[in-house]
Amino acid sequence: MMKQESIILLLLGAFFGIMGAVYWGWGHEDGGGVMLLGAFFLGLLPGFYYFWWYRRSGGNRPEDRDDASIADGAGVVSSFPSTSIWPFVLGSGCFFFVLSLVFGIWLTVPGVILILSAFIGATAESRRGGDV
Amino acid sequence: MTDLIERPLDTAPGDPHGAGDHHGHDGGHDDHGPSGILKWLTSTDHKVIGINYTVTSIIMMVIGGAFAEVIRAQLASSTSSLVTLQQYNELFTMHGSFMIYLFVGPFAFAGLANYLVPLQVGAPDMAFPRLNALSYWLYLGGSITMLLGFTASGGPAAFGWVGYAPLTSAVNAPGAGPDLWIGALMLTGFSAIFSGVNLVATIFYLRAPGMTLFRMPIFTWNMLVTGILILLAFPVLTAGLVMLYCDRHFGTHIFEVQGGGVPLLWQHIFWFWGHPEVYILALPFFGMVTDIIPVFSKKPLFGYKGMVFATLTIAALSLGVWAHHMFTTGAVLLPFFSIMSLLIAVPTGIKIFNWIGTMWGGNLHFSTAMLMSIGFVITFLIGGITGIYLASPPLDFFTHDTYFVVAHFHSVVMALTMGAFAGIYFWFPKMTGKMLHEGWGKAQFWTLFIGTQVFTFPMYLLGLHGMPRRMAVYPNNPSWQNMNDWASVGALIIGISTLLFVINVIVSYRRPIIAGDNPWDASSLEWFTSSPPPHHNFVALPPIRSERPVWDFNHPDKPALGHGHGTHAGTHPPTSADATKEVAGS
Repeated sequence: MMKQESIILLLLGAFFGIMGAVYWGWGHEDGGGVMLLGAFFLGLLPGFYYFWWYRRSGGNRPEDRDDASIADGAGVVSSFPSTSIWPFVLGSGCFFFVLSLVFGIWLTVPGVILILSAFIGATAESRRGGDV
Repeated sequence: MTDLIERPLDTAPGDPHGAGDHHGHDGGHDDHGPSGILKWLTSTDHKVIGINYTVTSIIMMVIGGAFAEVIRAQLASSTSSLVTLQQYNELFTMHGSFMIYLFVGPFAFAGLANYLVPLQVGAPDMAFPRLNALSYWLYLGGSITMLLGFTASGGPAAFGWVGYAPLTSAVNAPGAGPDLWIGALMLTGFSAIFSGVNLVATIFYLRAPGMTLFRMPIFTWNMLVTGILILLAFPVLTAGLVMLYCDRHFGTHIFEVQGGGVPLLWQHIFWFWGHPEVYILALPFFGMVTDIIPVFSKKPLFGYKGMVFATLTIAALSLGVWAHHMFTTGAVLLPFFSIMSLLIAVPTGIKIFNWIGTMWGGNLHFSTAMLMSIGFVITFLIGGITGIYLASPPLDFFTHDTYFVVAHFHSVVMALTMGAFAGIYFWFPKMTGKMLHEGWGKAQFWTLFIGTQVFTFPMYLLGLHGMPRRMAVYPNNPSWQNMNDWASVGALIIGISTLLFVINVIVSYRRPIIAGDNPWDASSLEWFTSSPPPHHNFVALPPIRSERPVWDFNHPDKPALGHGHGTHAGTHPPTSADATKEVAGS
């Protein structure tokens, strides 16, 4: 369960770590060295998390078993929003906010109002839905 | 509003109840929730968002393509004054920006991937549907922001799509246009990061029972790796853009020599994003053709695990090649970047070998999707091999900033465009329930393929003859003039091919040929549900016992054949003529 996923991320992270060490040790170039160090951690962080989760939960998920039948995963998959206006409102707020960086600070007013409305609206929507 | 989604029903080969259920057209997702403009604004369905992304990105391709046609019209004569020098700079900047930031990437990792990944793993939606919708709105906002550059008093950004410092400083690039370019990339950058999160989470957490990692279609595998690469690369670009904005407006000197900054740092940051980005753009199309070629070869994929290994290796190496764009700066570690860049040819070569291995001895059917896939392989091979030349510093010193480099990456991105159309022709029936017309499609393929070669080959020669890139006018040298004319003719043929595609879509909508659920007799899960699929995708799922679950279900008497024995695998893929018969019979 999640073992293969964690191994992929850990291997990628380890490769970036080795590559970064060779690069920095050979070329002494700090910019690229720091970015490869970041990539190393970005591989290890989720990789270890998934490995910890795999060790903690123990069992096999039906999607990780070769012999699982569809019925083995019967029941609720998850809760999904069917429609929501709030992503559009949040996206519009971000759009106005970015335009404010170009055309003037006054555009942050509609930007921030839309962004806050979206945060409140999406949270309230999730509470009404109950299971998101 | 939220829906609790239960796992679809189990169904077995020969089970009339299960099969009957999933083949029933229940109106797709159109009957769910609001309709019209409100549906467009509020939908969190991955299929609606995927189509939104696809259509928007194709519009961006047409706009970016129009810029290219003006560029080539300007270059058709050595002393043309069709556009001013400043307008020429703006045009090539916007052409590159539209094509790279707003078309190729979003089309692949957010358009078709959004539509297909949940279907291919048997999931009801993406893992975070509202985040997915936000991704699209950020992308649309970014696209509009980029377009707004044309309304700025000083015109849009004119420093090239790579935005090298110090060309981007407030002194060298004043005005709102460059800031709008920065803002657009910030919005689309966050959009890409959210898409990456969604892809990885969906593939890790929402696969159907039995859909182990090594049974996923290669397209989904490639989207997993693309998602990981997005998460590694895009934050670096977005951070670089914030630094650039601070340099321009807040008095920092990160990329400016005055005050102790380092202009070269921008190139490191940009290409640390930019070269993985090449694979972020390419891997989805590798995945598409890897799914398409076996279907029209009537064989299982040759070397499934080799393909997965090659994709992961490309991802790993892609973070160690960024400074091969910077060889001529004289300030990078040449042997390291040369070795890493040459190494990446190995997994790419494995892929090309496996595509040919899949076709070898197969029962080939040259549909438009297959022709586009073969065109992709050939054109990508040309772009890839010339890329190997450029990975060698001595050759790069000779050709850097010449048309040879322009030709190299246009071979690559035109190959990706063929991959994009392969994907459109293959999955259009699933998305709409209608076939695209094969006759118009083949006309489009041949114009696109021939136009691409007529367009790129003279540019390779121009580069070897020393013509620098980004020149609006050039010396009246007969050989340069002649080759530029040919390149412009090629660009015109490519433009005609795009027009043929638009005509095809209109014709196919006006005189629809109903596709059915699985018109190509394909093998991955998206072909098990109706066309278009219902809201939350599946009423029933087949048992998943191999990487070809729908083939196993539909052909229980013909289990997956071994590699190299595929010539007797069964029926020909239905053509549009067969689909017509289905309409007539229904």
